[in-house]
Amino acid sequence: MSFNLLVLTCLGYVALLFAVASLAERSAEEGRAGWLRSPLVYTLSLSVYCTAWTFYGAVGYAARSGLEFMTIYLGPTLVFVGWWVILRKLVRIGRENRVTSIADFISSRYGKSNLLGVIVTLLCISAGTPYIALQLQSIAQSFTVFVTDLDSAPVAGDRTLIALWVAIGLAFFTIVFGTRNLDANEQHHGVVTAIALEAVVKLVALLAVGIFVVWGVAGGPADVLARIDAQALPDWQVQPGRWTGLILLSAIAIICLPRMFQVLVVENVDDKHLATASWAFPTYLFAISLFVLPIAVLGMERMPPGSNPDMFVMTLPLALGRDDLALLAFLGGFSAATSMVIVASLALATMVSNHIVVPLWLRLRAAQGQDTGDMRLLVLNVRRLSISIVLGFGYLYYVLSGGSEALAAIGLIAFVGVAQILPALLGALFWRGASRTGAALGLSVGAALWAYTLLLPSFGAGVILPAQVMNDGLLGLSWLRPYGLFGLTTLDPLLHALFWSLLVNVLAFCLGSFLSFPSPIERVQGALFVNVYDRPGPARSWSRPLAQAEDLLPMAQRIIGATSAQTFFQAQASAQGKDGFLPDITPEFLEALELKLAGSVGAATAHAMIAQSAGTAVVSVEDLMAVASETAQIMEYSSQLEAQSEELSRTARKLREANDKLRKLSVQKDAFLSQISHELRTPMTSIRAFSEIMMDADSLSPEEQAHFAQVIHDESIRLTRLLDDLLDLSVLEHGQVQLDIAPANLRKLLDQAVTSSKSVQADRHFRVLRSRDEEEVMITTDGGRLTQVFINILSNARKYCTSDTPEIHIQVRQVQDRVEIDFTDNGAGIPTANQALIFEKFARLTDSLQAGGAGLGLAICREIMHNLDGDIVYVPGQGGASFRVSFARILTTRAARREAAE
Amino acid sequence: MKPPSALPFLARETYRLRRLMDAARFLPVFGFVLLLLPLMRADPQTGTTSAAGEAVYLFLVWPALILGTFLMSRGLRKAFDPSPPPAATAPLVPQRAADPDAARKD
Repeated sequence: MSFNLLVLTCLGYVALLFAVASLAERSAEEGRAGWLRSPLVYTLSLSVYCTAWTFYGAVGYAARSGLEFMTIYLGPTLVFVGWWVILRKLVRIGRENRVTSIADFISSRYGKSNLLGVIVTLLCISAGTPYIALQLQSIAQSFTVFVTDLDSAPVAGDRTLIALWVAIGLAFFTIVFGTRNLDANEQHHGVVTAIALEAVVKLVALLAVGIFVVWGVAGGPADVLARIDAQALPDWQVQPGRWTGLILLSAIAIICLPRMFQVLVVENVDDKHLATASWAFPTYLFAISLFVLPIAVLGMERMPPGSNPDMFVMTLPLALGRDDLALLAFLGGFSAATSMVIVASLALATMVSNHIVVPLWLRLRAAQGQDTGDMRLLVLNVRRLSISIVLGFGYLYYVLSGGSEALAAIGLIAFVGVAQILPALLGALFWRGASRTGAALGLSVGAALWAYTLLLPSFGAGVILPAQVMNDGLLGLSWLRPYGLFGLTTLDPLLHALFWSLLVNVLAFCLGSFLSFPSPIERVQGALFVNVYDRPGPARSWSRPLAQAEDLLPMAQRIIGATSAQTFFQAQASAQGKDGFLPDITPEFLEALELKLAGSVGAATAHAMIAQSAGTAVVSVEDLMAVASETAQIMEYSSQLEAQSEELSRTARKLREANDKLRKLSVQKDAFLSQISHELRTPMTSIRAFSEIMMDADSLSPEEQAHFAQVIHDESIRLTRLLDDLLDLSVLEHGQVQLDIAPANLRKLLDQAVTSSKSVQADRHFRVLRSRDEEEVMITTDGGRLTQVFINILSNARKYCTSDTPEIHIQVRQVQDRVEIDFTDNGAGIPTANQALIFEKFARLTDSLQAGGAGLGLAICREIMHNLDGDIVYVPGQGGASFRVSFARILTTRAARREAAE
Repeated sequence: MKPPSALPFLARETYRLRRLMDAARFLPVFGFVLLLLPLMRADPQTGTTSAAGEAVYLFLVWPALILGTFLMSRGLRKAFDPSPPPAATAPLVPQRAADPDAARKD
């Protein structure tokens, strides 16, 4: 196949990627990105884990070490199978805090510390740059393998030149789709969609070659298994240490690799996609690795000895005359390499711009006292520059290392490098006590050990580390040998580095956290991250706003753009119930603004910028206390208000009741007045009539005169009695009554009352049920008044009891030094509605003719009982009307009672 | 006396979901142990293992793990859906019947 054709195919494929990416971007802008952000696309974008190193390298790896290549896929499988434990929390926190990169995540958790951001960024760059170089190498290598015609050899054979063009092309693509705008969520629809497409291409390519090999070349699965055993080398024996260690290492890497964090957390649009990816991504890995071993085995069988097993995916179909399959495999490898480079350079560039360049630039400007100018364009340009720099580094690394075999090992070396982030990351997720100092210490020590024991020696003795150091240790101390630290010489160099760097990393991280004291903002962020499921929304970190909205709006405009900033401010203002663009500067507003800015420039920078404008650089413990006490005050005040309003409603209810009572009484009083007029008028009328008759004394017989005089007399007595009652009540009510206190026998008083009451409706037979033994109580009280009460109750019973065989039950009880007497008849009783009224003055339930009284009886009784240090109440639900009279057995004088009370 | 036909446990759904979460935490550990088995196998005569045999074993364990995760993820999806999470609905059931785990934060 000619070189030109190959280049043309490549360009066509890249053009397709551009088209897909820009289509996705346009759809997203128009809000039609539904299917673009589906779980499927999310899962496919995760396949950026499978780089050219896995596409080409896995076969080579399998040819050299047998099954061990599977560890690189089994570790991530375990992480996704256990997605509920770590990934779910990671993604949730990342989305809630609008994290822009793994450096931003660590920096944000540990008190928005930029120092940590810088450390993680440097670590990721030193691990990521060689990895990018590896991708460039594999693309260049695949070109040269493919090209067979001699005409184009001068160009095709120059791998450096190919790598340069690939790097430039990828930088261009990443800049166009990665820095299109400063997205609030730092999400890149175009990039993700293009990567998803590339994921499909590389899977299809590998599967096609695999199927061809298994069924086209070999005789099916059983034949392949036999050939595997036939080709097995002694090196293929599974080594327990490496097997376990590599599974763990790749599990760590899938969480900590910057490009994986980018697609897994930053580009995630919905937590639920993770539920799909949890099984779909392991399935992808399974499919990718299914045919690796057969391809490797048949390559070893068919290819001449000494050919590079890393290129079997392409060289095997070529050797067997299947150029079309080889071209597909070439595109697959190309996809794997480009997708990794795009995402990795995007993630690294975001870190570089957010944690190194922008903070530096801000500090420089602030030191010079200059305005910060248009941040938006600045940040975009910094990011474009960073992408170019990162890719430039990768290219430079490739050129300097000369495409050596050492580069092939860089994949696992990079894994160990990013694994240094793991302790700080897990601490961020699960340990509230993890502190900034601990994280910084652990990261630095771990990174230093990784560089000394793995990265620097990997270039070969004498390149960076002198051969003398390699053999005899630093400063001639043998226990400082890079591959045999502290005498651990039996371990494989990779495991040796992993063991020491992670051990010391964790140790420093824990010790630093145990011994340091975190700042308030660190503790707030710690609680926020670890307890992400307990509380919706981020914690409050702004308490004493000093800035004006007029100052913040221009700043926000510089970062997120004028329209977007104005819309945001307007929305915030209207949420506060204000018109216009300037909301009140509340802590809530500042938090929302910070979160918004953090989506563009990272948490640490956003915090620093608002701090600069708002004037509160650090949230002190005092601020937090103030917030807390303010809350406490509000709560206290509101509970006071609540109590007050409860009291008010109680009072209102009482007033309403009193009012009701007054109104009823007023009605009764009117009725009474009309009735008492009637009562007074009736006797007065008869007295007047009969006295007029008697004035004509001549015409009357003496008998008639006597009769009329009797009538006049009777009527006068009625009048007098009425007036007596009124007078009596008035005296009793004012407590001016003179009590005649003397010892008396209760039974005798009751006997007297029963006898006296017989005159009322004397013709009715009335049974009185008593138990005389209990009535034998000696009391000391005003016997005459008490008898009056009894007579009244008994007379009422005789008058109102509706029963045909009326009877009244008198029960006497002694309760401590008080006496209770129940008078219960078997009539209809008193309706509930009237029970509250019967003791009121002038109250009468039936009409006056039947009653024959003025309705004062029970009112007088109650006043009497009050004067006797007792009471009379109506007891409902006793089968008839029931009155309970209670009083002190031994009544002291009022003066004595008052003294006792005092 | 007729045995009570009604289920005594009212928060069954919440209980199932919580046990499913436990299973999801346990599965990767179980999977890791299964993946370590090839280390402990060897042909008694040669002292070596068959690469093809172990490959078949690993390529069988792998889909099994994926299948388990797939089945679990369908149930766990529910934990994302309701706007008040399942734990918040616990007060609706009598206190004694509520899962003691419901109060646990996770």
